[in-house]
Amino acid sequence: MNLCYAIPGKVIEIDGEIGVVDFGNGVRREVVLAMVSAKPGDYVLVHAGYAIKILNEEEAKKTLELYSRILNLVEGR
Amino acid sequence: MDQDLKQILRHYRNPRLARNILEKIHEIAKDLQVVRIMHVCGTHEWTITHWGIRTLLPENIDVRAGPGCPVCITPASDIDSAIKLALDGVNVLTYGDMSRAKGSRMISLEDCGARGGKVGIVYSFMDAVKLARSNPNQEYVFLGAGFETTAPIVAYSVLKGLPENLKIISSHRYVPPAVGLLAESEDLAIDAFINPGHASTISGMKAYKPYFDEVRKPMVFAGFEPLDVLLAIYMILRQIRDRSPKMENEYRRAVTWDGNVDAQKNLREVFDFDDGYWRGVAIVPKSAMNFKEKFSKVDARKIYGLASGKGDHFPSNARCAEVIKGLIDPPECPLYMKRCTPATPIGPTMVGVEGTCRIWAQHKIVGVKCRSGVCKIDSESSPRTKGMLKEG
Repeated sequence: MNLCYAIPGKVIEIDGEIGVVDFGNGVRREVVLAMVSAKPGDYVLVHAGYAIKILNEEEAKKTLELYSRILNLVEGR
Repeated sequence: MDQDLKQILRHYRNPRLARNILEKIHEIAKDLQVVRIMHVCGTHEWTITHWGIRTLLPENIDVRAGPGCPVCITPASDIDSAIKLALDGVNVLTYGDMSRAKGSRMISLEDCGARGGKVGIVYSFMDAVKLARSNPNQEYVFLGAGFETTAPIVAYSVLKGLPENLKIISSHRYVPPAVGLLAESEDLAIDAFINPGHASTISGMKAYKPYFDEVRKPMVFAGFEPLDVLLAIYMILRQIRDRSPKMENEYRRAVTWDGNVDAQKNLREVFDFDDGYWRGVAIVPKSAMNFKEKFSKVDARKIYGLASGKGDHFPSNARCAEVIKGLIDPPECPLYMKRCTPATPIGPTMVGVEGTCRIWAQHKIVGVKCRSGVCKIDSESSPRTKGMLKEG
């Protein structure tokens, strides 16, 4: 049990405050979604059985773009 | 075409990208003095150690693990209280690692279970609620440790209503004031911080603003993939080079300025933020989440009259406190990998999966070489720490 770690997973279905989240490799768990307003298909960060944040896919891509920019800076010298 | 998030995240371990960021880091570091960067999250320590990031950084860049392991900083007195209750016949529930941390008399909840104490392990607080609900004639106490990542779960459940037979010892701690305190410490002389990604999804970056304003040291909020950490280090060095300290967000896919406002509201509604002891560290102002008066009926401290003491209570000769504060590296402790190992943990830093000693031990790091105030992992004696970049 990792108290400062959260694992990303995809919301498959929602029943009230509880959702089924797919963590990949066939691992699915019931997760309390009360602290986020997630919908099926969203990626959530899950910590100790509770979703604490919906992951922002756009921002994940942007950060990667930032990596690429740094990469270009290095290669473009 | 829309790429699945899992696919995107895979790139965060790309060795080629990592090599290039490292090149950039080395380039900036050439013109800098020694830079001491501290992170305060056990998972950051895991990422840094697992991917061998320290061995890849320039000589003058020192990344130190601060108090980022909730199990390690939970006061011994709270563990003692839970043990006493368990031996008195109350069912004590807690997270797995917490049950193995030793209190002031060097016994853990797990040890006391072997002596007839009633101790149960749960994965989530939700399981504690379920257990109490299905056994209404039993008395349960949950030892709740963890930072603001974990505390909202308890706050939320308390607001929703707990079964009558479930009480809580709240040992939860709030990270931002601790970063403030560490940033001011002259002993540590930290130049910049990698702020905790997941705790900050709750608190938001704004919680660190008053502390940043006080010290004006770079603070970068970072994710947990190797590239996240490398990019955070790059951002920090860039700020130092430009002499323009900022609060910067590397982990934009999860951390926002405001954080999880609902969770914060729940925390503030349920808990007072009191001055509180962090084992091995200090009393940190406004960091202990204690139940407000109106929630006394779930507060095990009040119901059972438990002391909330302080005092380090570490095993003799052990240097846990210095490891927790980031003053020394685990191999500098005389017990490390001798009497204290993952199989026979003595100090809390060897117990928790987020403890620095445990993480270093799992990666078989046995030696450090120190030069002009900077200690580096001795990769000759620790062959598994050659770094992520050998492959690919």
